[in-house]
Amino acid sequence: MKCDVCENEASVFLTQIINGQMTTVNLCESCSKAKGVTEETGFGLAEAFLTPSMRSEDSMEVVCNACGFTASQLKKIGRMGCPECYHSFREGLDGLLRNMHKGTRHVGKRPASVGGTAPQLLPRQRTSVVREETSTPPPPPLPVPAQAQPSDVSKLRADLDLAVKEERYEDAAKLKAEIERLQPKAPSK
Amino acid sequence: MMRFATLIKNPADWMKGTGPHSEIVMTSRVRLARNLRGFPFPGFSQERQRVDLLEQVRPVVEQLPEMRDGYSEDYTDLSKIRKQVLVERHLVSREHAARSSGCAVVVDRKQSISIMINEEDHFRIQGIRPGLNLHSAYELVDRVDSELESGLPFAFDSKLGYLTACPTNLGTGMRASVMLHLPALVLTEQINPVIKAVGKIGLAVRGLYGEGTEALGNLFQISNQHTLGEAEPEIIAQIEKVIEGVVRSEQNARAKLKEDHHTMLQDQVGRAYAILRYAHVLSSKEALNLLSMLRLGADLDLVGNCDRSLIDMMLLEIQPAHLQLNAARELSPDERDSMRAEITRARLQSIHGPGSFPTSQSTPGGPPSAPNDE
Ligand SMILES: [Zn+2]
Ligand SMILES: [Zn+2]
Repeated sequence: MKCDVCENEASVFLTQIINGQMTTVNLCESCSKAKGVTEETGFGLAEAFLTPSMRSEDSMEVVCNACGFTASQLKKIGRMGCPECYHSFREGLDGLLRNMHKGTRHVGKRPASVGGTAPQLLPRQRTSVVREETSTPPPPPLPVPAQAQPSDVSKLRADLDLAVKEERYEDAAKLKAEIERLQPKAPSK
Repeated sequence: MMRFATLIKNPADWMKGTGPHSEIVMTSRVRLARNLRGFPFPGFSQERQRVDLLEQVRPVVEQLPEMRDGYSEDYTDLSKIRKQVLVERHLVSREHAARSSGCAVVVDRKQSISIMINEEDHFRIQGIRPGLNLHSAYELVDRVDSELESGLPFAFDSKLGYLTACPTNLGTGMRASVMLHLPALVLTEQINPVIKAVGKIGLAVRGLYGEGTEALGNLFQISNQHTLGEAEPEIIAQIEKVIEGVVRSEQNARAKLKEDHHTMLQDQVGRAYAILRYAHVLSSKEALNLLSMLRLGADLDLVGNCDRSLIDMMLLEIQPAHLQLNAARELSPDERDSMRAEITRARLQSIHGPGSFPTSQSTPGGPPSAPNDE
């Protein structure tokens, strides 16, 4: 099977979700690395995650009340900010999960304390808010959102240079992804 | 607790080259992703929060019965080379090794269980077993998880299961992966249909090492992609079933090579032995591919008294960080290539070369004409 990007033989096969549709992507090793794809990166999530109604406009944004994570951050990195985010960003989640997994309901192990009965999300009055970007200040998030420490990033950059020099391309791709993760291009305020 | 040097000196339980189908399946690994309720995920928390969390949970992890006399290290106390050694031993992930403050790893004495703290999730609990033995690897991590949950409030939702930083791990939080050595499928050019078939049923296949299209050393990793909607035993049973099929294909391909291409096979194995035994400069790529051929030769009884675990140990020893740990200093790529050859020459001294004498007979004194170049 050929790589979807170049003509090389594909060796990495991943499920990508584009506009809620599941597509299998075939990549060769070098293209997969160039795109920073591993089986665990949640490839394609960023574009797929939000349903059109949730897509954040300039003025409105869904924010997790527990951690302050925003819908645009979620869209950018394809990761949640805290466990509570699953509740805050629950709209559109089912469709995404359906395409990503075998089902949308957990049927596996449960903690003994749960015993398989009560819903486990922490009871909260409001776990998500839609706020006016310009007027209302954000609610004080419990944990403060991470700001990349400049020293972290410059250290990573140094590691990246070294990785490239030593031809550790896999490390390099991962470091690059880490730097991008720590430095969101346009953090929404 | 155990010291780093002690940990590394001893080969792990799973490196001994035993276990179901270990001529083809090198290791079975299962990892569980777990997070604490009420804390932001590591990727979205501040350093101080990660350090606080680590300080609270590390004693709990260290006090697990499985971790008795184990190894526990804060990443701020661990050099880059040492972290990389742990990566090469599959005890920590590359992502985790790239981090520092607020991160730690705890490994059991036998190196079968490792717990990464503040990886992408607060906890990554990993179990490794030799050969095709995913269910036994799962039993290890399942037990550790149950013990941890009795003291730690894990984030769990009754519909979504274990809540993870990335939705791709949601539900069971489980990734089961198997490392396979598939030289005959590669040599007989049957590898791509096999990869394609496995990919089609929702499992991810990738070369373990290498750039471009190759899987260096003919080493592949197969793992599940779905974590929600199926119970752990189902996921594991499905992968084991698929792997059984891949193992049969590889066995058939090996039989075919031996039957129809015996001369070519002997030639490849013989060349691999000769280069590993006498070369003075070996790149990582060349060494991995030659060791793969030698391992195939050993499995097919073409290389006298060669034990598979010796080759598997060499596969680790030739990795960059292991070389540098061994040399106790940083090495340039050129130095690594020469150090790598030094290791393979030394290790193969006691191994009879293939082809030149009856393989069943154990000749005393090593290969007849081997110069002592060490
Ligand atoms: Zn490509
Ligand atoms: Zn949140």
